[in-house]
Amino acid sequence: MIINSRFFNRSELIGFVALGLVLFVILPLSLDVFRLNLVAKYLTYAFVAIGLVLCWGYGGILSLGQGVFFGLGGYCMAMFLKLEASSVENTKIQSTPGIPDFMDWNQITALPLFWQPFHSLTFTVLAIILVPGLFALIIGTAMFKRRVGGTYFAIITQAVAAILTILIVGQQGYTGGINGMTDLRTLKGWDIRPDHAKVVLYFFEVFLLFGCILIAQFIRLTKLGRILVAMREQEDRVRFSGYSVANFKIFAFCMAAIFAAIGGAMFALNVGFMSPSFVGIVPSIEMVIYTAVGGRTSIFGAVWGALLVNFAKTGLSESFPQLWLFGLGALFIAVVLAFPNGLSGIWADHVQSRIDRLVSSIKKKSGDWTSNSVADGAPAE
Amino acid sequence: MLIGHQPKPFLLAVEALTVSFDGFKAVNNLSFYVEENEIRVIIGPNGAGKTTVLDLICGKTKATSGSIQFRGKELTKLKENQIVQTGVGRKFQTPSVFEDLTVFENLEISYPRGRTAFGSLVFQRDDAVKQRIEEVAEMIFLKDRLDIYADQLSHGQKQWLEIGMLLIQDPELLMLDEPVAGMSVSERAKTAELLNRIIKDRSVLVIEHDMKFVEDIAHKVTVLHQGQILSEGTMEKVKNDPKVIEVYLGH
Repeated sequence: MIINSRFFNRSELIGFVALGLVLFVILPLSLDVFRLNLVAKYLTYAFVAIGLVLCWGYGGILSLGQGVFFGLGGYCMAMFLKLEASSVENTKIQSTPGIPDFMDWNQITALPLFWQPFHSLTFTVLAIILVPGLFALIIGTAMFKRRVGGTYFAIITQAVAAILTILIVGQQGYTGGINGMTDLRTLKGWDIRPDHAKVVLYFFEVFLLFGCILIAQFIRLTKLGRILVAMREQEDRVRFSGYSVANFKIFAFCMAAIFAAIGGAMFALNVGFMSPSFVGIVPSIEMVIYTAVGGRTSIFGAVWGALLVNFAKTGLSESFPQLWLFGLGALFIAVVLAFPNGLSGIWADHVQSRIDRLVSSIKKKSGDWTSNSVADGAPAE
Repeated sequence: MLIGHQPKPFLLAVEALTVSFDGFKAVNNLSFYVEENEIRVIIGPNGAGKTTVLDLICGKTKATSGSIQFRGKELTKLKENQIVQTGVGRKFQTPSVFEDLTVFENLEISYPRGRTAFGSLVFQRDDAVKQRIEEVAEMIFLKDRLDIYADQLSHGQKQWLEIGMLLIQDPELLMLDEPVAGMSVSERAKTAELLNRIIKDRSVLVIEHDMKFVEDIAHKVTVLHQGQILSEGTMEKVKNDPKVIEVYLGH
């Protein structure tokens, strides 16, 4: 409790507990497995959104290519699951048994070299973190050391997202092409498809999400977090205070990439497939929308943003299949114009301040009563 | 420079420094030397290249040719943050402080420890840090405002805060670009007092227009005109130089 009160201030602690209550108790109790699995899918984007809070909200680096890292993490996970699903026994009707079905359809007769290590779960877990991390390190170093920033950086990340999508679609035999990797079945022999597995995976994902929230909160509270804020405002002053601005940007960008990749890997597990439609420009921009709607400087806001926009998206697309994309665009424009700090800004400006006033007025009114009750309570201990 | 004079180890030696922006030479074949504990003031009309000289020394602008040696180290080849780490601090003309951070956090960021990405992750706000910040905050008249966000400060207070951020770095060469510009009369007096206190034990390079202030603090004055040195020496000598009177002081 003492550690908590230093780690979180009062309203953050309330936010943490409230989110925990909703994700661990309320949603699992009130939703059927199908809807809970949908929430699990939405939450995979919350990982990306938390990363964007660090990178964009704090560091001021707008990346419009987070789908790249989401996709890399997702594909690493999917490759492992696909290999396990493509045992010789399962694929005996293929002309080359033991390789993923899409390879067989594309006349590939042996498992490509870069697929081999994905037989190992340990390697896969490391790859989920390291592949996107290294990729972000390379892009970050190339851009930030040359002082490419702002809009130019955003455009380049868009281009990377487009390139990766084209690459995945074009290399059908190695990646599954436009259909992606489907028919993922088991994780180390444990079937991920039945209802009880979906529930277990949901809770595992929420645990990971809270892990990422704590890491993000930790980074925010260190001097590095404050340097990110300082950099967003006065890059030159940070530079002339003796810091290599590029290194801090690279760090923030890599962290955002790793968070996105964890989300992607959870997507492959929870949803049971991975395809290039979660990698390209449109999903990457949607991820920024979640963060903007939630409030780009709020870690909890990002999670709520990812959840609410996706609920809205599902609701809208179920009722107005032709119109929902316009609705999403309008939502983004409305939020940016009217509430630049997103949901968390609305909360802090309108709800929190009212609650504070209410609490203080109640405290004032019941001042005598509280002191009496404490006095009464004391001997009972 | 006297020929045959025993060469002293200069703290800062600028030699044949030239920078050209699309053919326009903002600084042209400029040479000057700053000794240890010397207070040097650079004056000159608008567009003389004063700020550009500071930009060149701190690495914000890259020189076209020439050399800048600080304690024998060539600064023109270093990056901005490396130049800071060798002991050169720079204050900008417009106050540049971090408005989304508190006064305390502003000063803490300038504290010279944990300057790498991972170093800043494990940086601890220990007693040495707190003590130094309080010490500097007292010096810059902001001791009771440590928890205030910097955007709440007045223009003059922001200038002091930026000076404080430099002090905490404890640079051997302090470069100030118009430290009293835009200040009220009382703030100006306080700033002069502050500067007089902090310029002890270090070399200072100041750009300033306020002649009374210059006379107060300068050991030596360099007058720049069109990117070149027009005159250099004590304030007394410079003031009576006919060339200086013609282009600058006479107006």
